[in-house]
Amino acid sequence: MFRSVPHFVKVAVCVKRVVDYTVKVRVKDNKVQTANSKMSVNPFDEIAIEEAIQLKEKKIADEVVAITIGTKKAEEVLRTAMALGCDKAVHVVVPDGAADSMEPLAIARVLQKLHDEIKPDIWLLGKQAVDGDFGCTAQLLAGLLDLPQGTFASKVEVRDNKVTVTREVDAGRQVVELSMPCVLAADLRLNTPRFPKLPNIMKARKKPIDSKDVAALGVDIAPHLTTETVTEPPTRKAGVKVKTVDEFYEKLREAKVF
Amino acid sequence: MLRATALSLGRALVIAEIVSGKVSPATLSAITAASKVGPVAVLVAGASAKDAAQALAKVESVASVLAAVGEHYSHGLPEEYAPLIDAAVKANGYTHVFAGTSAFGKNIIPRAAARHGCMPIPEVTEIIDENTFVRHTYAGNAITTVRSSDKVKYCTLRGTAFERAAADGGSATVADLAPTPASGKARFVEDLLSTSDKPDLMTAASVISGGRGLKNGDNFKILEELAAPLHAAVGATRAVVDAGYVPNEMQVGQTGKTVAPNFYLACGISGAIQHVAGMKDSKVIAVINTDEDAPFFQIADYGIVDDLFKVVPALTEKIKAAGAK
Repeated sequence: MFRSVPHFVKVAVCVKRVVDYTVKVRVKDNKVQTANSKMSVNPFDEIAIEEAIQLKEKKIADEVVAITIGTKKAEEVLRTAMALGCDKAVHVVVPDGAADSMEPLAIARVLQKLHDEIKPDIWLLGKQAVDGDFGCTAQLLAGLLDLPQGTFASKVEVRDNKVTVTREVDAGRQVVELSMPCVLAADLRLNTPRFPKLPNIMKARKKPIDSKDVAALGVDIAPHLTTETVTEPPTRKAGVKVKTVDEFYEKLREAKVF
Repeated sequence: MLRATALSLGRALVIAEIVSGKVSPATLSAITAASKVGPVAVLVAGASAKDAAQALAKVESVASVLAAVGEHYSHGLPEEYAPLIDAAVKANGYTHVFAGTSAFGKNIIPRAAARHGCMPIPEVTEIIDENTFVRHTYAGNAITTVRSSDKVKYCTLRGTAFERAAADGGSATVADLAPTPASGKARFVEDLLSTSDKPDLMTAASVISGGRGLKNGDNFKILEELAAPLHAAVGATRAVVDAGYVPNEMQVGQTGKTVAPNFYLACGISGAIQHVAGMKDSKVIAVINTDEDAPFFQIADYGIVDDLFKVVPALTEKIKAAGAK
């Protein structure tokens, strides 16, 4: 397998700390209330991490760097990434108040800046973060760096300096071939992430984190979007529960759905 | 004072998605949304862009159509589309660039925005004014209104939130747009599309979905039997897609497709946040589940606590019998 690969590749995997996907957030005072919520690694980023370490296990990648941009507390997602097998990590520290207003464009600009330093052959991101639901950081990064992009990736094959990506599209799948370096965004279908093992969690504590202050990078991270209001969606009221199929059919008939 | 009139000063460009020779429903919804900010230009690109441009010129609310002919645009590759969109924006000074929220639009719009240093606004559900847009965050649990300070607004529009523009009634001018050179960084290899003659999930008036309660892929047959007389599309939850019961493109939810049909029937689905995010704007929701505490019952208009393997075939029989009369 690795004979066909002319050189080992370097993978940069981007991780975001988000409110756990099982938490139903509440809106209060024109803001999403996230204090005291359980936080986790964004589920799509877990998949990106898994893919990166599988590339290492297949002897395609020789180094995997995990990157996060966030508050001091975001360090925990980097420890998780390293417990899973990432070699080292970069933490771009953002002050507490500023982290929430950092937009995908600002994130992509910071990553663009890191590109010159880290020089990865493959950027691996999740297809979207489950808090902002923007789903555009990978595309923005690819656009800023003018690199090819493989979004909604459900299969990734690296061969002869090319990355063949199977993408989940509306009507099925599409296969594209990208030259390296490239930017990939993981879909759910890409793999099943593993759990970190306790000894690895202990070892991860000793792995290096390169901590940088966002202000020192000289990147424009000012938001382009101003949030005017945040509201809860209109609540749907529970309707009627019926006992028999006949009744169910009659109700649906009355509702004119068929 | 400017604000009051500025709505008609916008110039919108809609990036058309052509699916098997036809303008996609998502594009028609984007055209309706775009008409709210000003005159609508539509950009169509591909080997057969000329033919598609003729069809787009007839679409209601379209003022002009730009056709860029080039085989390198035929497969929707963002590496090719982004420079083309850039060239069109620079040449004609569009204030808004829109596309439908589809795999095509989500892939292309942010890349085009990056080239212009703009922050894209994905999955817009409402346009308040030319700078202000509404979108859902946290799996639809928060509705956020944002104002953009960008010179050009790059948005994808959620198809279920805007009426589709009628396919006829328009009389737009058609002009050629010089194609940009092929980038050579990405190459289309092949499409592996599911061939199905069934109604499309995103556009069907009725959707019947199955969850873990279906137990296996074969059992989806009973949903298809009910779907046939109703001309309904069949959807699924992430759990059954992950289990390999049905293909991925059937997934409804935060990470799958967003649907808002007239009628949504959920069979054996508990109603997790991530699934509900993709269908809660459906007009009438009915739920069949053996678990009376399933969260889905809290949002369903009609619910029955019973075995779907009994209820679904019985409903199919009744609908067939009523149809035969």
